[in-house]
Amino acid sequence: MSNGNLEIKAISGHVGNSPGGGDYRQSDGSTHSGASLDYDVCKLIDTTTCIGCKACEVACVEWNGYEFRETTFDNTYQTMPETAWNFWNLIKFKEVETDGGLQWLMRKDQCMHCEEPGCLIACPADGAIVQYTNGIVDFNQANCIGCQYCVSGCPFNIPRFNEATKKVYKCTLCSDRVGAGLEPACIKSCPTGCLHFGSKEDMKFEAEKRVQQLHANGHADAGVYDPSGVKGTHVIYVLNDAKHPENYELPADPTVPLFVKLWKGPLKWLGGIGMIAGVFGVFMHYIRFGPKEVDKAEEVKR
Amino acid sequence: MSGGIVARPATAIPEDQVQRYNFAERAYHWINSFAYTYLMLTGLALFTPLAYWLAYVLGGPATIRYWHPWIGLVYFATIFWMHRLWKRDMQKIPQDEQWSKNIRAYAENRDEAMPPQGRFNAGQKQFWWVMFYCTFILLITGIVMWIPEKMPRELHWVLPIIIFIHSATALITIAAFIIHVYMSVWVTPGSVKAMVEGHVSTTWARTHHRLWYEKITGRRN
Repeated sequence: MSNGNLEIKAISGHVGNSPGGGDYRQSDGSTHSGASLDYDVCKLIDTTTCIGCKACEVACVEWNGYEFRETTFDNTYQTMPETAWNFWNLIKFKEVETDGGLQWLMRKDQCMHCEEPGCLIACPADGAIVQYTNGIVDFNQANCIGCQYCVSGCPFNIPRFNEATKKVYKCTLCSDRVGAGLEPACIKSCPTGCLHFGSKEDMKFEAEKRVQQLHANGHADAGVYDPSGVKGTHVIYVLNDAKHPENYELPADPTVPLFVKLWKGPLKWLGGIGMIAGVFGVFMHYIRFGPKEVDKAEEVKR
Repeated sequence: MSGGIVARPATAIPEDQVQRYNFAERAYHWINSFAYTYLMLTGLALFTPLAYWLAYVLGGPATIRYWHPWIGLVYFATIFWMHRLWKRDMQKIPQDEQWSKNIRAYAENRDEAMPPQGRFNAGQKQFWWVMFYCTFILLITGIVMWIPEKMPRELHWVLPIIIFIHSATALITIAAFIIHVYMSVWVTPGSVKAMVEGHVSTTWARTHHRLWYEKITGRRN
């Protein structure tokens, strides 16, 4: 793993380019400018070999220093309904009836690390959300103001609000580990090898290879989930039935919500230009027509 | 304005002056305007990165996110009270149509073309009703944005629409606000004094609000 440094690609609520302007540090301390030496990282989750053991959940809370949450029973293998601010990684368990019978679908649910992150686009706080050139989208709670705009921007329903700290949390793809050249904690814990970590290119290759295998074994609908609506994700799945991602509680075509784009796009620019034009307009009016000097005018008439 | 406050000698209205706003009206207006200014500046800080520096000037980003909704309630409360005081004066009168039609003459200071106006002219009424209705939209959308964590997850898809409406409505009020401040501070000298000290000259009243002047003084010029 040579991601020995994390070069920033995008910053939330930030004017202008990222600090450093394309220069970044190399491990020997020298600086380099030009094309990034970082490569896109990617987590590959092969749902067809997941046994739902939840080792990844334990590894996640352990590495990030949180306590395991209390589980609930709902007559299935689902241990708790959804991820939480201090529980970023949860095996989603689904029972799906098909023509052939009943399917037990298990999917590791966590942040998808979108190439086009709706959370970052929606975030107003400078530096609260950062996207690194390797694709990791990271929350920086020190800069988070708790507005939860990120929640409105996320098509995967991932950011979780902590009512005590008034900050939002989510999976970091272990940016602290990856930055130090290690693989994420969940990857290390998986006993079946359904979790893989590497460059996006390699993981896509591995995923396609597995899909070929599944096709050969009669799973004709098997495929890779790497949604193009958010320009691809840095967490990809191999699904047994890629035609119905909803079966796994995955959106079929996730995109940054239209109103987030309108609000952070045209509205922001029209609003800004409008306000400047308004102030300029009234100033021009003043120097053209001036005030209504009523008292003087009345005196003249009298 | 006749009636209401009994003026003690020290606060007597000077000669050739008439009372325009009583103390309650002035108090509500200024609480409202300070609240609005805070809301506008903090709202802009969260609207565009270009204005995020305002967040630091006004106490820090997390602090303004905490206070913006509370100050919003103050703003709403004072709008509500101003509405109680002014709703009758803000009703349309027959002359308003002519005024709106001649608005260009008004903007070009050819006031002789304007019909006589009541306590508020047609433009002030339009400003008031824009702010009044926008306030309700801002209140409803603002409450949702205040506590989205209380919202069921299935309804999260409305959040971007709510935030968009809140921002767009706020921009409409800012347009109205720019015109309001410009008109009162620069175009009609005497307006700020009216809202601070409460009274205007009889000439000012007769020129800008002739119907109101005739009503309160019983005089015809």
